[in-house]
Amino acid sequence: MTVHEPEPLLRIEGLHVEFPTEDGVVHAVDGVSMEVNPGEIVAVVGESGSGKSVTAMSVLRLLREPPARVRADALTFRGQDLRAMPPRRLRAVRGGPVGMIFQDPMTALNPVMTIGDQIAEAVLLHQERRDRRAAQARAVELLELVGVPDPGQRARQYPHEFSGGMRQRAMIAMAIANDPDLIIADEPTTALDVTIQAQVLDLIQKAQAETGAATVLITHDLGVVAELADRVVVMYAGRVMETAGVEDLFVRPRHPYTVGLLASLPRMDTDTDALDPIPGNPPNMSNPPPGCPFHPRCPLARERCRAERPALLDLGGGRRSACHFPEEVGP
Amino acid sequence: MGAYLARRLMTNVLVFFLITIAIFWLVHKTPGDPIAMRIPPDQLNSGTAEYIAQRRHELGLDRPIVVQYWFWLVNAVQGDLGYSLLNGRPVTELLAERIGPTVELMLVGLLISLLIAFPLGILAARRRNSAWDYGTAVVSLGSVSIPVFFVALIGIYLFSLKLQLLPASGISDPTNPGLLDTLSHLVLPAVILGFANSGTYLRYVRSSMITELNADYVRTAEAKGASPRRVVVRHALRNSLIPVLTVIATNMGQLLGGAVVIEQVFAWPGMGQLAVSSVFQQDYSVIVGFALLVAILVLLSNLLADVLYTLVDPRVRLR
Amino acid sequence: MTDLPADLPGELEARADASAGRSTPWRTGLRRFRRHTVAVVSVGYLLLVVAAAVFAPTLSGYDPNAVDLEHVREAPSAAHWLGTDPTGRDVFSRLLHAARVSLGVGLAAAGLAVVFGTLLGGLAGLLGRWVDSVVMRLADVFLSFPTVVVTVVVAGILGPSVPTMIIAIGLFQWPVCGRIVRGVTLSLREQEYLLAARAAGAGSFWLMTRHIVPAALPPISVAATLAVAQAIGLESTLSFLGLGVQPPTPSWGNMLTDAQSLTVIAGQPWLWLAPGIAVALTVLAVNFIGDGLRDAVDPRQS
Repeated sequence: MTVHEPEPLLRIEGLHVEFPTEDGVVHAVDGVSMEVNPGEIVAVVGESGSGKSVTAMSVLRLLREPPARVRADALTFRGQDLRAMPPRRLRAVRGGPVGMIFQDPMTALNPVMTIGDQIAEAVLLHQERRDRRAAQARAVELLELVGVPDPGQRARQYPHEFSGGMRQRAMIAMAIANDPDLIIADEPTTALDVTIQAQVLDLIQKAQAETGAATVLITHDLGVVAELADRVVVMYAGRVMETAGVEDLFVRPRHPYTVGLLASLPRMDTDTDALDPIPGNPPNMSNPPPGCPFHPRCPLARERCRAERPALLDLGGGRRSACHFPEEVGP
Repeated sequence: MGAYLARRLMTNVLVFFLITIAIFWLVHKTPGDPIAMRIPPDQLNSGTAEYIAQRRHELGLDRPIVVQYWFWLVNAVQGDLGYSLLNGRPVTELLAERIGPTVELMLVGLLISLLIAFPLGILAARRRNSAWDYGTAVVSLGSVSIPVFFVALIGIYLFSLKLQLLPASGISDPTNPGLLDTLSHLVLPAVILGFANSGTYLRYVRSSMITELNADYVRTAEAKGASPRRVVVRHALRNSLIPVLTVIATNMGQLLGGAVVIEQVFAWPGMGQLAVSSVFQQDYSVIVGFALLVAILVLLSNLLADVLYTLVDPRVRLR
Repeated sequence: MTDLPADLPGELEARADASAGRSTPWRTGLRRFRRHTVAVVSVGYLLLVVAAAVFAPTLSGYDPNAVDLEHVREAPSAAHWLGTDPTGRDVFSRLLHAARVSLGVGLAAAGLAVVFGTLLGGLAGLLGRWVDSVVMRLADVFLSFPTVVVTVVVAGILGPSVPTMIIAIGLFQWPVCGRIVRGVTLSLREQEYLLAARAAGAGSFWLMTRHIVPAALPPISVAATLAVAQAIGLESTLSFLGLGVQPPTPSWGNMLTDAQSLTVIAGQPWLWLAPGIAVALTVLAVNFIGDGLRDAVDPRQS
């Protein structure tokens, strides 16, 4: 008899994404697996080029294929296979039960369309019967919800009349327009001023609480992770290095890369100002090192790490690590 | 926006002055007595020597060259372009009856070239490096490479002489008037003019569509659940229109150049045909009038480009 | 907080779009050029045309201007490969000799355009400020005026002639080249070795000839090629209208002037098909080469 586990909201298994370029094939995502359960906030962290944004795009199949080559052993949302889904049904999922927030609200909004029209479009595309006026009214309502003052007036303005923070609020309004079950936020605060970042994070948290949507938060900022996430997926070189509950991860990381990431975080509880960045550079993704991709920068690396690629092993307690020697890892 | 347009208007007026100086310099170089171009021929022939001397004085022709230019310009701007050396009719009148057919040919030709350029350009942009894209590149290169008069001759050979489908010359058949007759005379010249200009627009539509389809906001629209069709029509097209509209307006001169050649081949009674025949009859006053008209037309198109630009792009409009 | 740039999928897509092998710039350029098989075929065709033009007298066997009233309007035959025209002149011989005129005029006019363009574009880029804005505004104005119409006016007043036509084409085609040279100059101006040269007391002329022209040469060669195509096409159009090369000197354009009557179009297609195809193929070939060169010089522009 098999134990019947509840199906997660989002399940990604063995995701590979490749881009053929002038310098050879870039394996941007190399066998990523993760799950997102209803209502939880999962943070995906990693350095630039770790493949976290590409993973996020792959969920709703937003990468252009070709040139991108995407394959996965499983890619399901609410148990439905996103890979085999016909275009029409896929479009019903995009912007409906799954909302997306992009990194740069300056370029992610259409410059020649009013903010109101762009939000209303998100509503309109998922209405049973098209009702333009209802969609417009809903757009104003959403703008108010995300804290844009004077929403009726602002809805008639164009993106260049909005500040960066206001644009990202509009972006969030678009993502939550149809009461989603899953929000994918791709570096939602990276392009913003530091003072605005906190406000936008608050808003995402509020939106998440209001809609009850599960949230995938793509970020390179561990501060954001600590503040918001329930669970963390650490990515490096297109692979998952470690997954853990947020407290476990910060208290007792089980992968040397996570240790390195945490060491580069400025801490309030110590006096030292010195950050401790990981020595070396991320690997060239068109020619990754054999074995564990982190071994050239890893203080624990030994012969096995150079030869054998570690699998993502279950350590119990909802923790997994892709290290050959997880017991030896200490902060 | 007002300041921007005002500045553009100023430049265009300045350029117009420079052009009129160039034209006047050319006029000044023409052989013969300039008075012949400026007063009706019956007066020239029957008028007394005193009368002609008086007219010469009134037209400023006995004054220094700079004053002559000023008199000429003031008269020209008021619509007095002198008289044809060939038949004595006022140049303004001659041009006025020819401008309609030329504008008709140009507008229909423009419409056809856009009907070729937009679908093919969008298709090529959406399927980059596909057979469609390469096919489109060949069409556009052919359109800019093959001289329009040769395409016109082939068109006449095939459709008028061999297949006997369409008339080979003229704008209408007086013995058989009607809409069908008008259209049948228009089809061949307009389609050929349209084809000849489509290549230029096609390249711009394709490249600007590629830029826009790669923009982040397109991915946002897709993430909202927009269909590929909606992404193109509602999002990318509107943005790609900004540079393309500018090109269409600034290309009006080239369109006119094509129309001049086509009018000659198809005996289309427009101002291009008038100008070319005036060259051979050395009817200088008509040529000068034509030159002024072309300059105004081209500069107005440039100005139109600026206005369109500010209208389509809200970032400029609201500045 | 680690402040790293995020990985952008769009950037990866763009890199994947522009895929080609890696090698030295010169070899990469050559490979891209050769990958344009059409461009290579075009070079072959053009060499043939040039050879035909150079050896026209030996190849043709007839004097292009020899009138033979006993053999007028003859269809192609073994004696006259492309038939004869209304005064009995051999069309094939005229076609070959016309190649000399048409290529010559095309090259001269394009050369003029490139010289004007390089000078004005270089000056605009080097001096900047108001010179730059005036020159670029002029470029817009010149470009918006159709060369055909300008030549109609100028030829109408000064009388049609080959020099008039060459100057008109050169004068109204310079902006394409001018913009390119300006762009290169602007990007070079910021570079350190130019600043160093300027600090060492180098004058504008020195900078132009020693630094800017060599750096701008690849893009100029592309612009020049496209200008040649444009000029050959314009020559044929103007000569066709009777405003360019005057008979009896043959040019591809004026050989078609006779074909303006419907009886000739219908009854003697050899009179107009051969020169028409010659112009069309030549302009097409030069344009294909220009496109190939552009890809070789700058693959991103394709």
